[in-house]
Amino acid sequence: MNQQHSNPRLSLGPNQYFWPADRQQAFYEAVAESPVDIVYLGETVCSKRRLYRFDDWMNSAEMLAEAGKEVVLSTLALLEAESELKTLRRICSNGRFMVEANDMAAVRLLARNKVPFVTGPTVNVYNGRTLSVLAESGLRRWVLPVELSADTLTAIMREAPDGVESEIFAFGRMPLAMSARCYTARAHELPKDDCQYRCIDYPDGLTLRTKEGESFLAINGIQTQSAQTQNLLDDVDEIRRLPVDVLRISPQFRGTNEVIEAFSKRLQGLPVDADRLEKAMPVGSCDGYWHGNAGIARR
Amino acid sequence: MQLICPAGNLPSLKGAIDQGADAVYLGFKDDTNARNFAGLNFTDRTLEQGLDYVRSMGRQVYIALNTYPQPDGWSRWQQAVDRAAELQVDALIAADMGVLDYASSTYPDLPLHLSVQGSATNYEALAYYHERFGIRRAVLPRVLSMSQVRHVAENTPVEIEVFGFGSLCIMAEGRCLLSSFAAGQSPNTHGCCSPAGEVRYVETPTGMETRLGGVLVDQVGPGETAGYPTICKGRYEAEGKTYYALEEPTSLNTLDLLPELKAAGVRAIKLEGRQRSPAYVKQITGVWRAALDAVEREGDSYRPRAEWMSILGAVSEGQQTTLGAYHRTWQ
Repeated sequence: MNQQHSNPRLSLGPNQYFWPADRQQAFYEAVAESPVDIVYLGETVCSKRRLYRFDDWMNSAEMLAEAGKEVVLSTLALLEAESELKTLRRICSNGRFMVEANDMAAVRLLARNKVPFVTGPTVNVYNGRTLSVLAESGLRRWVLPVELSADTLTAIMREAPDGVESEIFAFGRMPLAMSARCYTARAHELPKDDCQYRCIDYPDGLTLRTKEGESFLAINGIQTQSAQTQNLLDDVDEIRRLPVDVLRISPQFRGTNEVIEAFSKRLQGLPVDADRLEKAMPVGSCDGYWHGNAGIARR
Repeated sequence: MQLICPAGNLPSLKGAIDQGADAVYLGFKDDTNARNFAGLNFTDRTLEQGLDYVRSMGRQVYIALNTYPQPDGWSRWQQAVDRAAELQVDALIAADMGVLDYASSTYPDLPLHLSVQGSATNYEALAYYHERFGIRRAVLPRVLSMSQVRHVAENTPVEIEVFGFGSLCIMAEGRCLLSSFAAGQSPNTHGCCSPAGEVRYVETPTGMETRLGGVLVDQVGPGETAGYPTICKGRYEAEGKTYYALEEPTSLNTLDLLPELKAAGVRAIKLEGRQRSPAYVKQITGVWRAALDAVEREGDSYRPRAEWMSILGAVSEGQQTTLGAYHRTWQ
């Protein structure tokens, strides 16, 4: 592959949380003014979250496209019910915007419709041969699974077909697992079928601590995340020398635009107040996976 | 329905076959399979002995090659596919698309099963693996309700295999990174959840601590049993309440559901436990053979026998069992 890399672009990943519709709309209006290049839109965690409907997503998509952003529609990561496949088909045949496949069901539909796509962090791309298979199906860009390191990314990109771009999860609470069970409902001793949408009360997820008080995980409906915010801001200079095309920032309830601005400045080689970002995180940061260690580790 | 049993070593393989397994599944002695633990799995020699035994009894052997190779390890997975093809095993159980692509293009006659680690939970995902790699069977992740299993089976040409008994993964398999988050190694990358080298049992004045990669997974008081520290079965605190935030130590047991699974068109029931002892494998295989035979014989009047339930309960994690996601209320 090419040895010279241009400056990576910045993306805003899909919002992993459940926010009130007006808050979500205002959030994306502010994002339109931010220096982010690519915006991923859509519900990726739970199909019961329907305050923001398909048409609302499409309206935000049009608004962001008009503001000059590349818009990508993100799909659900864990598909179990026919109703979820129905929504998926609607997104995959939207005819206007590129789609981020977060499950192989989306890959199948997009490949069949011959629509180019991105794969999200929950589609398992661990080697170049997998990347080639997906490129034949229409893959344009892939997000590195969060547990893989900078070295592995570099090795995979060495084997990548021409024209396939890479994206890394550079900032945010990382998606680590998903289940049929809703852990937020469980925390409130409610069954999933009567969850009362309690996850709306945890706009950055609900932190789990070990019995000795160490912040460890965060629960967000059926999804389990890292309690720590992965933060690769300090690695940006090194990343610019690697075959990384896009840095992804995952939305958090407060301060997302400041995070975008910090990364944007760092990419331009300008000074950034990193401590301020640290303070806006729910419980502090980690960067272990990127450096080949346990994900929770911090350099 | 076929009965597919775990073989972590030669004695387990023989025990499973003797007790009536239709097929055993096993792995090579490295990180190409998702039970990469010291002392488990098969060398060339033990594998050949195992194959001879299984074939002499007219049963089948599946090779699990169900982890995700990264570029620096790729040749190991490729050689493992070559070896499985050379031995003419009855199926290769794989998860990674690169491995599936290599196997299907190099050995078109080698039957491929999509591993549970392939994480396909719906018929559209299965269609991709079927069209692209010609998979014949898929093992479904333990995240679907009974009606969802039925719906998948009705809408796919791929044979469906489901888990019947054993340690319960509560996360969609193949997409769970909890182990590597705490300890740097996951089923996908190293073929193990909670790698033994990262596990610590620490005696303290207030009880036994279990740790993974330094993270305190649980602490039990005197008289309580300390389980193996699996992240999803630890006790954590949220908003002032300390509890099994994800799941209690428990095993899956679907003996109750066998008639429904059969009616849904499920072709095979898999028992988990390649890391367990030969005695365990023998015992659970015997119970499940009897149960599957009873379902064939008795049809709708089938009921699981109390003695089967108590045998399985006694060898379960936390000595308790659940229907897991098959049952809506669990979710």
